[in-house]
Amino acid sequence: MATIAGMQKGQKGIIRDVDLDRIPLKLLEMGCLPGNEVTLIQVAPFNDPLYLDINGSHLAIRKDVAAQIHIDLC
Amino acid sequence: MAQQIQVALLGNPNTGKTSVFNRLTGLNQKVGNYPGITVEKKEGVCNLSRGKKAHILDLPGTYSLNASSIDENQVIELLLNKNDKDYPDVAVVVCEVENLKRNLLLFTQIKDLKVPTILAINMADRMTRKAISLDIPALEKALHTKIVLLSARNNEGFEALKTQIEQFKSLPMTPCLDTTVIAPEYFDRLAKTYPGQDLYKLWLVITQDVNFGKLDRTGVSGPISFQTESISTLKRLQQKETIKRYQFINDTLKTIMSVNVAIAKDFRSRLDRVLTHHIWGYVIFFAILTVIFQAIFDWSSYPMDFIDQTFAQMGEWVKQNLPAGDFTSLLAEGVLPGLGGIVIFIPQIAFLFLFIAILEETGYMSRVVFLMDRVMRRFGLSGKSVVPLISGTACAIPAIMATRNIENWKERLITILVTPFTTCSARLPVYLIIISLIIPQQRVLGLFSLQGLTLTFLYFLGFASAIFAAFLLDRFLKVPSRSFFVIEMPNYKLPMAKNVLITMVEKTKSFVFGAGKIIFAISIVLWVLASYGPGEFNQAAEIIDQQNQEHALSLEERNAAIESFQLEHSYIGIMGKAIEPIVSPLGYDWKIGIAIVSSFAAREVFVGTLATIYSVGNDDEQTIRNRMAAEVHPLLGTPRFNFASGVSLLLFYAFAMQCMSTLAVVRKETNSWVWPTGQLIFMTTLAYVVAFITYQILN
Repeated sequence: MATIAGMQKGQKGIIRDVDLDRIPLKLLEMGCLPGNEVTLIQVAPFNDPLYLDINGSHLAIRKDVAAQIHIDLC
Repeated sequence: MAQQIQVALLGNPNTGKTSVFNRLTGLNQKVGNYPGITVEKKEGVCNLSRGKKAHILDLPGTYSLNASSIDENQVIELLLNKNDKDYPDVAVVVCEVENLKRNLLLFTQIKDLKVPTILAINMADRMTRKAISLDIPALEKALHTKIVLLSARNNEGFEALKTQIEQFKSLPMTPCLDTTVIAPEYFDRLAKTYPGQDLYKLWLVITQDVNFGKLDRTGVSGPISFQTESISTLKRLQQKETIKRYQFINDTLKTIMSVNVAIAKDFRSRLDRVLTHHIWGYVIFFAILTVIFQAIFDWSSYPMDFIDQTFAQMGEWVKQNLPAGDFTSLLAEGVLPGLGGIVIFIPQIAFLFLFIAILEETGYMSRVVFLMDRVMRRFGLSGKSVVPLISGTACAIPAIMATRNIENWKERLITILVTPFTTCSARLPVYLIIISLIIPQQRVLGLFSLQGLTLTFLYFLGFASAIFAAFLLDRFLKVPSRSFFVIEMPNYKLPMAKNVLITMVEKTKSFVFGAGKIIFAISIVLWVLASYGPGEFNQAAEIIDQQNQEHALSLEERNAAIESFQLEHSYIGIMGKAIEPIVSPLGYDWKIGIAIVSSFAAREVFVGTLATIYSVGNDDEQTIRNRMAAEVHPLLGTPRFNFASGVSLLLFYAFAMQCMSTLAVVRKETNSWVWPTGQLIFMTTLAYVVAFITYQILN
């Protein structure tokens, strides 16, 4: 299944499922919830971290966490 | 005095909450600490109409009422404790118009605690530019609140906010959501166990430390024992609560707010493309760093020279114009040099805090974190360690407190442990004096000054040893922790002069008064130790006369001989002689030994100590540097500070852990004596060994 870690720069997706045991609450509070739209804005040098727009919030997370967030690509 | 209205200012980070606070209170504010913890407490007074006043408390920025750091926990502690003297009559939740969705999460939580709440939507001046439209009356109705549109930048909307604060009694107390629906059965049981109490409040108390291990519950007692569910069940319920709240917010805003996305993102994405570019991003970052350091040294050298001279002149004036005696001597030789040793720091610290404040305000700092994370992780650090390491060049204390937003405990711990290696401003006067003594005033390639290059090298050495120590710690520390990292990438903003200046003044003030007290006290103790002594000290004149019976001394020679005899036989001289065997392999004499010992409390005491020691009994108005250059080795007759002993001293100060305040902060932040003790032993041993090897090779 596709995750945020596999997205290409500029691609959009809809968050389908978040592994609640591995994702800290803070990320949910910042809008990383099922049903919300996510866009990969920029990838840092050495391919990590990822700069995302989730539900209008701009934030950066590391790839290992991004791999726990399943999405449907648009 | 009329009763002040207690106002709590709350909001997510990056919403301009502090600008709102500055607008409301002006310079009428003070920054302190919450008792017992190192969380900053900012409060101020705001004038309302007809002589009424409001007490404004600027609480730490938080994304929700589920704490994950002690700063955030402070917000919850206050809101859960009605008996707290700061418990708000009214809460003002500051939101930013572009991140309203996310910002409202905290708002709905506070609302559900049934605190009278005003929603202040900041940066309203951006609405037209970003093509955002909001139906305010509809939103007020949906959220059961009063809304004020603010622009802290243009100073708009503050009169309306003040009016709302005054009329806080008319604010509706209706909650936004019913939290109990996330687990009806659980909340039923809770209601039966604690009849008549507010369920949402109970729920927050129970889950207060679920995401945050080491928590001191201070104000709140209550159903802590109601742990009928496992931590993971509670976490799941918190997640359900968050999802529920977002559903509510998304549904509410769907009809009320509209954004033209295409217009909204243009400028930001263009700037991001350059500033986080895999080559240009680094080039720009290092260029900015170079400019900052260059500016700090060039600009602050003028006020520093001025301060140095002024204090030398003041000491001279006191001696000439006040009657001779113990008091005059204490003033001229203890108090004034001590004060001078504090004041001389102000220019550099102020400049450094100024630049850091600007980088934070513009939103650029987050881009640096993003850019550096992968690189820093190789050394066991986080991208967020960049901010503490840069701030560490001003002072390790605020730098260590700035590690709180590092989520991963191991990365945070390593950052705390290595930050004291960075060249803090307390090392700077030591470096400057020694460099000016041992490095010739030459230019390399006709462009760079050799002294400046040496200083640059020492800064580089500070960062390099921090990174290297981090690398070692990462290998050997076995600390269980979960890899996690999230950082908000805020919008770019022009920094507001008022915010930047207030931050600069506050930080500098707290540094000067915090460190200043120690420096001042130590200077006075040193003066006493240098001005009195046992036995032979008091017969200095007779002993000198006896020694020189053969050939008569001139009056001047006799006085000088007595003074140096007295200093050697004073209490401080005796202490210095005692430790001389330990420091002489490093190339130091007993005077420098004393300065090193006294600077274990705080490095910057070094210069003050030498000033005190050298100026004791010395009437010349020489500044410390000249005095040190004139120091002669008693046996060899060569200058006391040669290249070898100078370099050895520089390296000793580069590595040694000589700051009690830093150790105290490390103790508080790590909640253990193990880490500060280890830090002290490791750094000081390293310093001794490096200084020893250097001196033995160079000499």
